[in-house]
Order: sequence, then structure tokens, then C-alpha cells
Amino acid sequence: MNKELAKNFASGHSACAGCAFPSIVRTILNESPDPVVVANATGCLEVTSTLYPYTAWKVPYIHNAFENASATISGVERAYKALKKKGKIAKDKKIKFVVFGGDGGTYDIGLQSLSGALERGHDFLYVVYDNGGYMNTGNQRSSATPYGANTETTPVGKNSFGKMDTRKNLMEIVNAHRIQYAAQGNVAYLNDLKKKAKKAFETPGPTFLSVFSPCTNNWKFPTSQYVNIAKLATETNFWPLYEIENGKHKINWATEKPKKVEEFLQTQGRFKHLFSEKNKPVLEQIQKMVDEEWQRLVNLTD
Amino acid sequence: MTNRTRQNRIALTGGAAAAEALRQIEPDVMPVYPITPQTPIIETYAKLRADGEVVTEIIQVESEHSAISASVGSSAAGARTVTATSSQGLALMNEILYIASGMRLPILMVISARALSAPINIHGDHSDVMDARDAGWIQIFSENAQEAYDNVIIGMKLAEKVRIPTMVIMDGFSTSHSVENLEILPSEKVKEFVGEFWPEKYLLDVENPVTFGPLALQNSYFEFKVDQEKAMERAVSEYLAIAKEFERLSGRKKDYFEAYELEDAEQVIILAGSAAGTTKDVVDKLRKQGKKVGLLKINLFRPFPRKEIVEALKNAKSIAIMERAISSGTYPPIYQDILNGLYQTKQEKNIQSIVYSLGGRDIFAKDIEKVFENLIKEDMIGEIKYIL
Repeated sequence: MNKELAKNFASGHSACAGCAFPSIVRTILNESPDPVVVANATGCLEVTSTLYPYTAWKVPYIHNAFENASATISGVERAYKALKKKGKIAKDKKIKFVVFGGDGGTYDIGLQSLSGALERGHDFLYVVYDNGGYMNTGNQRSSATPYGANTETTPVGKNSFGKMDTRKNLMEIVNAHRIQYAAQGNVAYLNDLKKKAKKAFETPGPTFLSVFSPCTNNWKFPTSQYVNIAKLATETNFWPLYEIENGKHKINWATEKPKKVEEFLQTQGRFKHLFSEKNKPVLEQIQKMVDEEWQRLVNLTD
Repeated sequence: MTNRTRQNRIALTGGAAAAEALRQIEPDVMPVYPITPQTPIIETYAKLRADGEVVTEIIQVESEHSAISASVGSSAAGARTVTATSSQGLALMNEILYIASGMRLPILMVISARALSAPINIHGDHSDVMDARDAGWIQIFSENAQEAYDNVIIGMKLAEKVRIPTMVIMDGFSTSHSVENLEILPSEKVKEFVGEFWPEKYLLDVENPVTFGPLALQNSYFEFKVDQEKAMERAVSEYLAIAKEFERLSGRKKDYFEAYELEDAEQVIILAGSAAGTTKDVVDKLRKQGKKVGLLKINLFRPFPRKEIVEALKNAKSIAIMERAISSGTYPPIYQDILNGLYQTKQEKNIQSIVYSLGGRDIFAKDIEKVFENLIKEDMIGEIKYIL
């Protein structure tokens, strides 16, 4: 494997073929101008990269628990300040602090810890790789799971079309902390992600990246397709690329004629049931929700 | 006592005494969250920081769960780390207590021990710390403000020596909020005693990257846990070595336990914490009447110095083990440990299990006198006795 690409996160981890997060981790970390320390919430990334006695991490790394990666990095970041004051770390030594968490560890169980760390203004980058569910434990719903998705805890049945609640808008929650930089990226747009990671590293204080990360196993698509599916998510406006810089919203990718959300949904087994006569209204509802969310975002850019 | 270090004699609450020891140690990082009756410790320290007397990085986190989580991050990063809590706060930390000890991080936690809900009660007992007794932390009990001060200094050094996180425990309110006279060592002596913290491996050593908190499955998890337990066993003698070093510095006697009129005692009370003071008064009174009574006050509770404690009980005929906690569905914790030790050394004694002062209920000298009288009469009941 390309040594430069794998300089922070090695090959030989045990993530599924066709998993998105190795690209996300490498792309982001490789944009850091300084050495990094990584904290990781419990999840797929953690279990597939740290199976003792091996580790895929070529940078200092800590996994504490599921819900506390942000609190953990808070401690690391303040330790850095303290040891600098003491002269145990050279005054000009710069280190960046990065958290990786899945949507379960971020939207749900880790939300309080994240909020606390954002509010206290620690100098760190939080990255959520959003695969829309608890994939490490076998596809249970999270508050990031899309409306209509079939999961093990929102199964399709006579009285169910899958997840019947809408996704939480985490970007708005993060933005409510008035941090200087938050952005939404997608593994299918690595150049865009690079720019965002670079900007995040250049911004002092807490920064946030929400990155779309398809899951071959539980979204049920062929391993070769994760980039294509991720691309469709943005082309249908299901997952817009945008950034919030000092409160100002900017859309980074747009088209005059977005594709129908069905084009994205039909690529995945988790939405298969929506393409029945009975569930037509659900499909229509999803299109309506995507259109409304997009319009809300467009309005914020004015 | 001629070599004894000159010390300042001042009056402080237990909480303020712990904060004073922390001021002298001046840890690198302190992630903290308020809870009664621990709050005076972190308030005192925050004022010291505000006045520029210490440079410690205080992190005002949003929960005790985050206080211990940030402590794990800070300690793994290579910083000397201290936190403090009570009761529900310690219960909320529970999950991460095991992670801190499993990662062998020498975090010091000062605890003003308090009852657990429900019903909610802010007053002292040992339910919170007893709930955490299997979490792989060293636990040291303090009788009064002086011991709280001393144990913070001993605990910090011990934690870093054996790489096991350590709880220094004082009784909520009766110690944490009561003003007592105590002796304070010169700050430079304290700094010299605890020394510098230089961990072998730490996150901020970016040139030598290390992975903390990996996934260990059937082929390695067991070895990790056994190694951890071996370290805990070694901590028994390490505690004594450091306690004795502190004894030489301060002139205050330090040991696994305090043996008060214990040598020839036939009736013995065993307990931990602030009730030891009242018990000593009662022992004095009964000794004057010619009764052979004594007290064994537990200082080090985890790891439990089983061998040494039962050895000290060899002359006792009957023993009352008094505790401020219940272990629901069975006998209370210290009782279980003492009984184990006695059985292993084939000592047969009359043993009484007593629960007292839950939720801050007062205990009086007359209650303790009654316990001794029953021991003398060998009027023992097999069931747990509650001093209500």
C-alpha cells in the first residue's frame, strides 16, 4: 500500500472490504500539519484497528469507552497544556487532537460528552463517521438512522416500514455551541474532505466534521459500490456537502437538477421494502423530507 | 521525634485539608464536577487557581462520568491527574473506574463518602466506596482531617509507584465539613516526597506512538486481568513502604491499620473512618474499668492486608465488625474479608456483624459501649445487627 497514504493508519486492519472509514481516517489525518493524538469511541473503527497485540495506529491512540471520547480528548488536550507549562513538552511543540466516533457514539450515547467538550472550547477536531446505525453490534437503529431504513431494531413488518422517526440534525446541535468551524463531508468527495480537514486543523478551538460513511454489510450493497452510493447520497441532496464557518453556512456542492432520492435508496437492501405499492407514500415522504431539509439549508446560506 | 520536620499547626475541615495537600502536590490536571459533600475540595482548589497559587489545569466537566473520562485521557497523556467525588458521582463513574485501573493509570481520587440513593440522602456513609471496592482501585480510609491530608500525599505517591488508581476516602460531613486541628508539612517537603511523575509510556510522547485501550479477546484478556491483580497484590507492601516513609517525614504513625489497645484485647471492634475517634474514647473509658477492649481501625482497605490484620487479632476472643454499608443479600464487605482471613488461618472467634450510621445517622459513645458490653457477655446474635 502507498506508504504516504498509510503513514498514520496502516493497512492490515480488519475493517470489512468496502468499508468507508479507512479512507476517511487517512484523508483527515494526512491533512494535519503537526503530529496528532487520536481518541476513538467504541465502535467498528476501534475494534477493527486495535486487536491486541496488533494496532493499525501509527500515531498515539486512546480508546476509553463508547460515550466519552470527547471527555477523554479534553483530558489529553489539557495535559498537553499543563506539560507545556511545566516544560516537559517543548514550548514550540505543536500537537493536534482528533476524535473519531461513529454516529451511535456521537449522536446518541456520546452527545453529552461532545457538548461539554465543545462548550469548554478545547482545541480539537471531532470527526463523526456516520453510517446511520449501530453497525458494530449488527445494525440497530441510532438517531442518525434514516427514516424508512430496515434495521434489526426497526424491522419491517405488517405494521412497520422500518425506522419511523426522522434523523436528528446533529450539525445544528453542534452549531448551537457557536464553534468556529463545522462541516459535512462525504467519503466520495475526498478532495472536498481534504480541504475541510485542513481548514479544521487551521482553526483554533473545537471543530467538527460529519462524514458520510456507507456500510456495505448493513446497508446491504456490493463491496465495490461504497463510493458510488456515497456519491448518490450527495447528488440526490440526501447528504449535502456544506460548511459552517463562524456561523455562516456555505454549500460546497449543488446541481440545478438533483437526482430523485429513490436513485440513492434503491442501491441498498435496507430500503428494498420501500419499493412496494404499499410503501409508495413512504418514498414520497422521504423525497419531501429531503427537499425540505435542502431548502432549509439553502435558506441558511442567504 | 527530634528529627521530625517542623510543621504548621492549623485548623481546617477535612475537605480543606485535602485541598491543602493537593495545593502542595499541585497536580497537572484536575477534571472535576460538583457534588455534596465533596464540593468544598474543588471550590477551595478553584480559588487557589484563581488567585494564581497553583497552575493546575482544572477542567470543569459536565458530569462525573466525564470527570473520570477526562482523568483517563489526562493520565494516559502523561499528566499527574487528580479528581474528587461522592456518592452518586462515584456511582456514575463506575464504568470508567474499571477502565482507569485496567489501563493502569495512577489517578488519585479524593472521596467524601456519602450514602447512595434511593431515598436520596446527602450525608455520610460508606455505600458509595464499598460499591467501588472491586473496581481495581486502591482504597485508603481516613479517620479525620489530619489523615485525609496525610493520605492524599501517600495516595498520590503510591498510585504512581504501583500504577494503580487510588481513592483517598474521608467520611462525608463528619470529616469533610468538620474543623479540626492538624499539622501541615512544608510544601517543598511534600513536593519532594511525591516527586515528579514520569510515566514509561504516554500519549503525548508523539515520537513513540502507543495504543491505549485495545481490544483483547479470549487469547489475551485473561492475562491482562491476572497481571493487574498481581500488581494489586504487590501494592500491599508498597503501601507500607510509602506509609513508613511518610511516618519518618511527619512523625505520625502510619500502618495498614491502627491498633488501639489491641495487643492484649479480648473484645475488639473493627471499623473504618471517623467513628474510630468515638470508639477510642470508649476504649479508654472501659480500659480504666479494667476491661480488655481494643480497636482495629482499617486504613488500607483495597488491597486488603488480610494476613497482617488477622495476625493482629490472634488474642481477641470476640469481635464486632462495624460498617457503614450493606452488601445487599449477604454480610457487609469488611465482615466478609475478615471472616475469610480468620478461616484461612484457622482462627475461631465469636464474630458480630454490625451496620451503623447509614445516611449520616449519628452514633454515640453509649452505642459503642453497648457493642463492647455485648461482646464481653458474648451476647452475640448470628444475624446482622443494625444500630438504628
